[in-house]
Amino acid sequence: MSPQAIVDGLVAGSMIGLGAIGVTLTYSILRFANFAHGEFIAWGAYFALALVSVLGIGMEPLGPFSFGWLLPLAAIVAAVLAGGLAILLDRLLFSSFRARGSATIIMVIASFGASMALRALLEFVFTSKPVYFTRELQIAVRFGGGLRATPDQILMLATTVVLVVAIHLLLTRTAIGRQMRAVSENPVLARVAGVDVGKVVRTVWFLGGALAAAAGVMAGLLVQIRPYMGFDLLLPLFAAAILGGIGSVPGAILGGIVVGLCEALAVQTIGAEWRAAAAFAVLTAVLVLRPQGLFGKARR
Amino acid sequence: MSAAAVPSPALAVAGLVAGYERDLPIVKGVDLVVGAGEFLAILGPNGAGKSTLAKAIAGLVSIHSGELALGTRDIAGLPAHELVRSGLAFVPQTENIFATLTIQENLQLCADVLPAARRGERIEAAYAMFPDLGARRTIAAGALSGGQRQMLATARALLVEPSVMILDEPSAGLSPKLVGEVFETLLRINEQGVTVILVEQNVRAALAVTRSALVLCDGRVVHRGPAAGLADDPRLGEMFLGRYEGQAA
Amino acid sequence: MIDLLGYGAFFLTIALSYAIICLGLNVQWGQAGLFNVGVAGFVAIGAYVSGLLTTPALAGRVGGFSLPIPIGWAAAMVAGAVLSYALGWLTIRLRSDYLAITTFGFAVTAQLAALNLERLTGGPFGMSFIPRPFSAFAADPLRFGLFNLGLVALVLLAMFLAVERLSSSPFGRVLRAIREDETAAVSLGKDAKHFRLKAFALGGALMALGGAVQAHFIGFIAPDNYLPLLTFQVWTMLIVGGSGNNLGAVVGAVVVWALWAVSASAIGALVPADQQARGASLQIVLIGVALCVILLLRPRGLIGERRTISRFADGRGDTRWRRLRRPDR
Repeated sequence: MSPQAIVDGLVAGSMIGLGAIGVTLTYSILRFANFAHGEFIAWGAYFALALVSVLGIGMEPLGPFSFGWLLPLAAIVAAVLAGGLAILLDRLLFSSFRARGSATIIMVIASFGASMALRALLEFVFTSKPVYFTRELQIAVRFGGGLRATPDQILMLATTVVLVVAIHLLLTRTAIGRQMRAVSENPVLARVAGVDVGKVVRTVWFLGGALAAAAGVMAGLLVQIRPYMGFDLLLPLFAAAILGGIGSVPGAILGGIVVGLCEALAVQTIGAEWRAAAAFAVLTAVLVLRPQGLFGKARR
Repeated sequence: MSAAAVPSPALAVAGLVAGYERDLPIVKGVDLVVGAGEFLAILGPNGAGKSTLAKAIAGLVSIHSGELALGTRDIAGLPAHELVRSGLAFVPQTENIFATLTIQENLQLCADVLPAARRGERIEAAYAMFPDLGARRTIAAGALSGGQRQMLATARALLVEPSVMILDEPSAGLSPKLVGEVFETLLRINEQGVTVILVEQNVRAALAVTRSALVLCDGRVVHRGPAAGLADDPRLGEMFLGRYEGQAA
Repeated sequence: MIDLLGYGAFFLTIALSYAIICLGLNVQWGQAGLFNVGVAGFVAIGAYVSGLLTTPALAGRVGGFSLPIPIGWAAAMVAGAVLSYALGWLTIRLRSDYLAITTFGFAVTAQLAALNLERLTGGPFGMSFIPRPFSAFAADPLRFGLFNLGLVALVLLAMFLAVERLSSSPFGRVLRAIREDETAAVSLGKDAKHFRLKAFALGGALMALGGAVQAHFIGFIAPDNYLPLLTFQVWTMLIVGGSGNNLGAVVGAVVVWALWAVSASAIGALVPADQQARGASLQIVLIGVALCVILLLRPRGLIGERRTISRFADGRGDTRWRRLRRPDR
């Protein structure tokens, strides 16, 4: 594997990992695989894009980066909006199923329908034509040994590290993190212990949506923005979340990086057109060898 | 000491109908007044609705009709987590601790409902009452033995200084020696002024510590009175027996 | 009038081929409670396998054995069964939504293979010259259409009767018992895993058959036919018709395909040419919302399941959340 493929894999893997954190959190607390999660990624990217193009200021490239000062701000707003979208989707759809105790799989089907509708809505508004945050070309920084990375890529890796550490601390050191873990283990007991489960559920959706938006803005910056960008990431997200072990944040990010590296390896050895199959290969391997994932406890 | 002699009620239940499905009530109209400081056993045959009554009071089972007051406050329909804040603590029968959280985190979780200034002090008070737990704060609660789990669950419930504490079969799965210890602890808690309601299958052990008893049969109250003497009262056997005859018919 | 009849035959033929696919999904989901998000993958496998075997040899392409159509269809069913058995075997011991994720991945990969294995599948340009039944009558479109409709209707009827017979057989009863309560069925000594795997394989075979029938009716297939949108359409058909009910699956397929065709032509007529793509997106939005609304309001579909009163549709939830409801006095 060439050094360059490793950099590409790491960057793609950190995007996948950020998305997978949301998948793993909603999965462990709400207990279903949300097929609409990819749409938070796409909606996050389009939220940021809409803000940037409507405001039209602060577009001059900032230092070595390809984007201006507006984009980071727009990304934060987009994260909040995507978090809100996730809460709204739960309020409109999933909360009703939970309230009546619907089968997990009914929620999975509903999330599949919601994903179709959300994506088609993006296509309706923005058309399926790919768009870009910026057209600036970047000069890669050389690290020696053939290792090169653009300033954007380096910033993204750094942002991912910061976000992951922040989420990890939130889960392990704060009251809401404790409550999230408690609800994940036993929602009824959590209520008896004084935990406002509704608040925890909203927090989880918000975090998932916001992190997905962060991944979406990164994907938009590195590749392009398309309505299908989130849906196409869905399989890698699931593969990463399952590989890492459902409920494990470090696992999700590590799983993301493994999937990203496998994709880069596939691109190098087999060809770019097979990139999407790499995630399926990883998923199959995990399910055969260690279905509970790297950091997961055996549980059905 | 009879229940009627206690003047101010800690918990009042009137015409309570509750259950999991709307058309299938399990608690079928229960009236119950529990005086402040009372130590009450809720007894009854299997399927009488004891647990459901306790869960309905704790906000875990939906109430179809009826009234529920904690002290002077109307609590019917309040979500479980709000009830904890108003001073009603519930200890479920099984899975009553968070196995993946440490002992300290189990207590912190509950302490979070208290004002920030009081949290540390209440947690230390819990460790003082249960030194076994204090010695092992950072281990995962899943590693505890059955008796220690019950201790942690009780400590967790006491953390918010409840006025009323309801326990759903704390003796389940424990050895007779441990059951004695758990009931001793409950007696101590009751003597500190907490109203304790104990849902039990273990009739004799429960009546040995409680002061009053309520017998439930098919979702209705069939007896309410002092605990003393009830264990040897032939009518108690009939109440349990009556249920079985009713089932056979 | 002739035109209308011709169009009617064409429309119904496509609708009934969807009904075969939908019937397969009903065996997997409605009867066995197994969630397949990769319907498009199994349909594609059926179409391509049958296409490979029946098309004439072509320079630069592997395959093309000019075999008779029935052999192609049978091979499609075998391929669908084997692949779904394999995927089911991989995930059946795990959580129910792992199967969903795996089948989803399978569909993505199958579509990728159709797109990239150019020597085998024709790549993005698709596979043409797939022999059409009754091609001798191709000069007379009405007769050709009606004969084909008759053939697809016969295939559907045969499959329908077979599945109905199966549903009322001990096998079907055990399947439903497992679906309703796996622990109970297992404790009764039935090998739940084995039964469900068989059902999953049978469903996969039906989907592949539906794909093959469609491919031969149109005469041409391309990777774009097998996008996740197809999976979504078939799911909508089953949910509208009511899962667990074979007749519902057929009716749902026809109703949803009709709605799809009508809304598509309405968009074609009402929306200006440069906005057609947008109109098509709106169509998907509406169907997606409709699917969610049906799940919320009528979880048993328009027809619903007969005989057994299914707790599955809106009961049997995740035990963790359901602990709030289950009577365990």
